Amino acid sequence: MSNSQWPLWEVFIRSKQGLNHKHVGSLRAPDATLALENARDVYTRRSEGISIWVVESVQIHATDFDQSGSFFEPSDTKIYRHPTFYEVPDGVKHM
Amino acid sequence: MTRADQERIFNEKIAKEIKIEPNDWMPEEYRQTLIRQISQHAHSEVVGMLPEGNWITRAPNLRRKAVLLAKVQDEAGHGLYLYSATETLGADREKTIDDLHSGKAKYSSIFNYPALTWADIGAIGWLVDGAAIMNQVALCRTSYGPYARAMVKICKEESFHQRQGYESLMKLCKGTPQQKAMAQDALNRFWWPALMMFGPNDAESTHSDQSIAWKIKRFTNDELRQSFVDATVPQAEILGLVIPDENLKWNEERGHYDFSEINWDEFWQVVKGNGPCNKERLAARVKAKEDGLWVREAANAFAKKRSMKKSA
Ligand SMILES: [Fe+2]
Ligand SMILES: [Fe+2]
Repeated sequence: MSNSQWPLWEVFIRSKQGLNHKHVGSLRAPDATLALENARDVYTRRSEGISIWVVESVQIHATDFDQSGSFFEPSDTKIYRHPTFYEVPDGVKHM
Repeated sequence: MTRADQERIFNEKIAKEIKIEPNDWMPEEYRQTLIRQISQHAHSEVVGMLPEGNWITRAPNLRRKAVLLAKVQDEAGHGLYLYSATETLGADREKTIDDLHSGKAKYSSIFNYPALTWADIGAIGWLVDGAAIMNQVALCRTSYGPYARAMVKICKEESFHQRQGYESLMKLCKGTPQQKAMAQDALNRFWWPALMMFGPNDAESTHSDQSIAWKIKRFTNDELRQSFVDATVPQAEILGLVIPDENLKWNEERGHYDFSEINWDEFWQVVKGNGPCNKERLAARVKAKEDGLWVREAANAFAKKRSMKKSA
């Protein structure tokens, strides 16, 4: 049996307390336990992490890039969601 | 969206330095070029472990042994990051490895030279990793996102590889006359193969123009080779070693070192499989895969047993 039958896992690492887990790459492993051990050996050889998540790649659902223009359009058109949209006189402080 | 639209968007991204990501539309030839280049790069990381791995048990002391072991372990990691990058392009990882084993896929010709003495391990770190770094730093800005990210991570890890090699040679150069002669001998044998690592001259390089246009490559083979020579010559002087090239000299006008023509016959012989260690290297990789079969099977059996326990 070859490696190609092992599922692909996406690896997320929290580099230190107070930060989000961040995607760092992927690897293949027969199950979650071994995926975590492999992730430790491959992605944290220099103290890059204090916590690892592995997620089977097939479990990840993503937006479709070809549609991303219309998908994200609602937020692109609402510039009044940003503080710079509003005019405040020069003298006003702490705002 | 029509094919023409997709192509226009792709070209705009390349022009504006926007990275191409796995789910984006890309020309088939761009995809195939990347799969070929990245898997070749992955194979080089993996085969590159062999000449050095051979010296782990013979390192002169515990410090050097721990360092060499850590370096070889890094190279295994580099192989994995790169195989993962080929998978984002839809390549089948096992198939790319089979292509290596059948001789269809290539790897860097440098690893077909033997590491005969301990000084060679220093020379490999200094020159071979040095040349690889020159190439890989440039690739951190390559247009394909997963490849660029793998390169950033690899470059961070590579910097110790070159330094430990240089340090080790420095030690030999400050040692007995015999030790210094060993270091010089290693430089004599690795200098030209290291320069060959950058590939054929630009005029001979078949894929170069399109790769530059697509920003897969940011510099040509000859540009990178020149940067390497310019960076390395002063390092050799500090070691007190002589680079084995009578024509090597600083060219004030060009602002670069001039150097002799590479022996391209030797380069092509090694690429075609006739280097000193080609057969040995491939045989070692095939054997590792076959001998490791029971480990992969045991891991599968263990995973299955654990999942049965969980669902029971
Ligand atoms: Fe490497
Ligand atoms: Fe390296």
